[in-house]
Amino acid sequence: MPPALAEISGLRHVFPGARGAPPRVALDGISAVIPPGMITGVVGPDAAGKTTVLRLLAGLLRPTGGRVTVLGHDMATDAQAAHAGIGYMPQRFGLYEDLSVAENLSLFADLHQLPAGLRTERVARLLRFTGLAPFTARLAGQLSGGMKQKLGLACALLARPRLLLLDEPSVGVDPASRRELWSIVSQMLEEGREDGMGVVWATAYLDEAERCGQVLLLHEGRMLAAGPPAGFLAPMQGRVFRLAVPAASRRDAARRAAAHPGVLDAAVQGDTLRLVLHADAAVPDAASLGGTALAPAPPRFEDGFVDRLATAAAPPPPTEPIRPQAGDGPAIEVRDLVRRFGAFTAVDHVSFSVARGEIFGLLGPNGAGKSTTFRMLCGLLQPSGGTARVAGQDMLRAPAAARARIGYMAQRFSLYGELSVAENLAFFARVYGLSRATRAQAIAQALQRYDLAGVAGDVAGNLPLGVKQRLALAAALLHGPDILFLDEPTSGVDPLTRRAFWARIGALAQAGVTVLVTSHFMDEAEYCDRLAIVSAGRLVATGTPAELRARVRSAGLPDPTLEDAFIALVAAGPAELAA
Amino acid sequence: MTSWMRMRGLVRKEVLQILRDPSALLIAFLLPVLLLVVNGFGISLDAREMRVAVLVEAPAEDTREILQALAASPYLDVVRVDSAAAGEARMIAGDVRGMLVLREEFAERLRRPARWPAPAQLVANATDPNTARVLEGYVQGALLTWLSGRAHELRLLPSGGISLEHRYWFNPELRSADFIVPGMIAYVMSMTGTLLTALIVAREWERGTMESMLASPAHMGELIVAKLGCYFVLSMAAMLGAVAMAILLFGVPFRGGMLPLLAASSLFLVFALALGLFISTLARNQFVAAQLAFLVTMMPALMLSGMLFDIASMPAWLQAVTYAVPARYLVSILQTLFLAGTVWELLLPNLAALAVAAALAVGATLTVTRRRLD
Repeated sequence: MPPALAEISGLRHVFPGARGAPPRVALDGISAVIPPGMITGVVGPDAAGKTTVLRLLAGLLRPTGGRVTVLGHDMATDAQAAHAGIGYMPQRFGLYEDLSVAENLSLFADLHQLPAGLRTERVARLLRFTGLAPFTARLAGQLSGGMKQKLGLACALLARPRLLLLDEPSVGVDPASRRELWSIVSQMLEEGREDGMGVVWATAYLDEAERCGQVLLLHEGRMLAAGPPAGFLAPMQGRVFRLAVPAASRRDAARRAAAHPGVLDAAVQGDTLRLVLHADAAVPDAASLGGTALAPAPPRFEDGFVDRLATAAAPPPPTEPIRPQAGDGPAIEVRDLVRRFGAFTAVDHVSFSVARGEIFGLLGPNGAGKSTTFRMLCGLLQPSGGTARVAGQDMLRAPAAARARIGYMAQRFSLYGELSVAENLAFFARVYGLSRATRAQAIAQALQRYDLAGVAGDVAGNLPLGVKQRLALAAALLHGPDILFLDEPTSGVDPLTRRAFWARIGALAQAGVTVLVTSHFMDEAEYCDRLAIVSAGRLVATGTPAELRARVRSAGLPDPTLEDAFIALVAAGPAELAA
Repeated sequence: MTSWMRMRGLVRKEVLQILRDPSALLIAFLLPVLLLVVNGFGISLDAREMRVAVLVEAPAEDTREILQALAASPYLDVVRVDSAAAGEARMIAGDVRGMLVLREEFAERLRRPARWPAPAQLVANATDPNTARVLEGYVQGALLTWLSGRAHELRLLPSGGISLEHRYWFNPELRSADFIVPGMIAYVMSMTGTLLTALIVAREWERGTMESMLASPAHMGELIVAKLGCYFVLSMAAMLGAVAMAILLFGVPFRGGMLPLLAASSLFLVFALALGLFISTLARNQFVAAQLAFLVTMMPALMLSGMLFDIASMPAWLQAVTYAVPARYLVSILQTLFLAGTVWELLLPNLAALAVAAALAVGATLTVTRRRLD
């Protein structure tokens, strides 16, 4: 066993509370060893403490308690000595946006004092490797998200660090770039094996954990588990099943399955229901759950996480009152929608329609035009061409009338952090113009239905992510909208919170609320009835998750994931739509 | 150990950023020009051609002469009015700064010593007390000049008994621009110098680039020296541009030498730039950094540097406070260099004070900029 690259023991980190808030314990009691020759995944949802771990490893923070040793140097006192052997890529890449690709690389080469010959050779190699060679003169600020990521990685790799620290390198990029990033890092790791190189990769994507050599699973500042990913999967063997259910009743079936005592977790996945059973529960009967056939399925890393987090399945959310049908026809109808910003076409002739009570997902990487489409549908942005009808209203002519029928939950929740939960709700109720009597009733109902009564007086800014999310959803639904817009609603939250959230969305859809979701997150896409894949402003494909998967099924790929489908369909381009 | 290769990389990065991001060049060059033009032409302590209404209730030979004497003053612009009401209306409209009323019996009583004094009234618009006082002085002066002339004519006073010759040293033309503009340069440079660096480091924090710099082998000292160096060159050019503007645009004479000017500018800019870095490091946010920069440079430089308000006439405790405002030393140096010349006895103590300020600012910056995020 070669000596460890880094050792963390009894690590504790506390951030002082801002403006009178209590101090925040970011990490508590973390101990780990980072060995060479593998990728160590620091895995966990947002606010788990991943970034704090990486910053402590990079010597950018002084631990409140415990010890961090990197390459034999104590990082609390001797960080400077370790820096020559560390390559660090912060979350926002740490690139100078007004410097070109070549100038950024040259800066980092200077900082690491690479001699001229070696510098030319390495820069050329990394440029070739990352596919950035044709773009050396382009300013870093003008690169796409995926390219920025690769440049950030190249800068961190220039000095051939022994310890490579990557802080959520794959967040927000398209799945194809994400795979490319993994293959670049794996290859560099292979090349650096003789030098004893090791990688620490922080991620909120649980599926990435499976590709790591070892995983440190963090949750709310504590280490839930550590070890090779197989160790997380092994106890789940034989406990994961796929239940085929008739399309019309799958949400009903999901509710029934979640209430079953043997079921730890039930999630709608396209045309099936994915069930995870308790450790020693008997396999339930397919028919009793309202399904047709029950087949074993391979466990995923996420199942192991859920198993460790949850002792009991979350109680199913209360059913929602049925919304009366408002007019005929689709809830949302988009035809040839175009939006240009100068010479750049952000949305290029996009057409789709969403039926009432449907959960429809717009899936695509950052910069694909999802948000622009979304803003046009909310009436926040004037289309350059085409039509958009929302709740029967023409968004071009009567945006105000349509907006009254829409509920919108923004990605960062757009709550007022200084106001209490009740004050936030009261504010949104007034903004939506509810009368005094309706207001009181709507707020009381929201507090009860969204499980917020216990925290009604708490300041929203200090709430845990999951509670904030419920509050944001409650605020968006106060005025009883027919259509709900969700912008990346569950990216970065832990799987339990995400499941609970989607159970609520499912209940809403069942009550007749139409839901439009944007996401770059494959896990969110699985919860949608239908999806539209967008790439570079164009709609590449639409269909149910199962249909999209079926389209790319081949002998070499008998059971494609949604991510496989996404990558293949984007690569094939919009022609696929006509087929 | 400092590495030349790292320094070269950091300096090149700063230069490219300055050239590509117009905001730095705008702050360094456009802001001083705007401030100098607006303040240099706008702020004037000279009161010339103040319009004053004169109401003569009973015209006579003497009142005609008094009117001529008033009109002859370069500081007064005399307007005749026919009634008190008319004069009042013009006062209210802000058309005249004051009104002189020569009463009906004025001329008559002036001729008869038994009935002295002759009644005259000056009404002044005292919204700006300073101007009102100046107006009072000019009117009184014009009246006294006429009166003493009459006294000589009547042989009441010996002619040529006292000969008073005026000489205004350092600013013979009594142009307030000559006094204000050099001080203004100090004010403008303390603001732009601090703002420049306050914004750039905060920007590195905001964009996350500071994080990757801190995790690189670069030393904190190298980062700071590279930034100070680049922005020093930039703001030195701006400073010399401001001096050129003072001489060419405002016609302020420059009687001192280049050497003390360069020495004082260098020391002061090192202070201002380091102060900006200090603010930026603490604030880590461009908005807060800009607010702080304005607060700690603009107000003291405007109020307490002696640029506008004479320090010697401040209360003692406030005078003590001005010693903590480095701009006051630069104001003093610049006023000396522009108006008096290279007077080392005056310059040296001020230069020494600037050197102390610069050293303190650089020291403080190095202390707070630890290689840490916390």
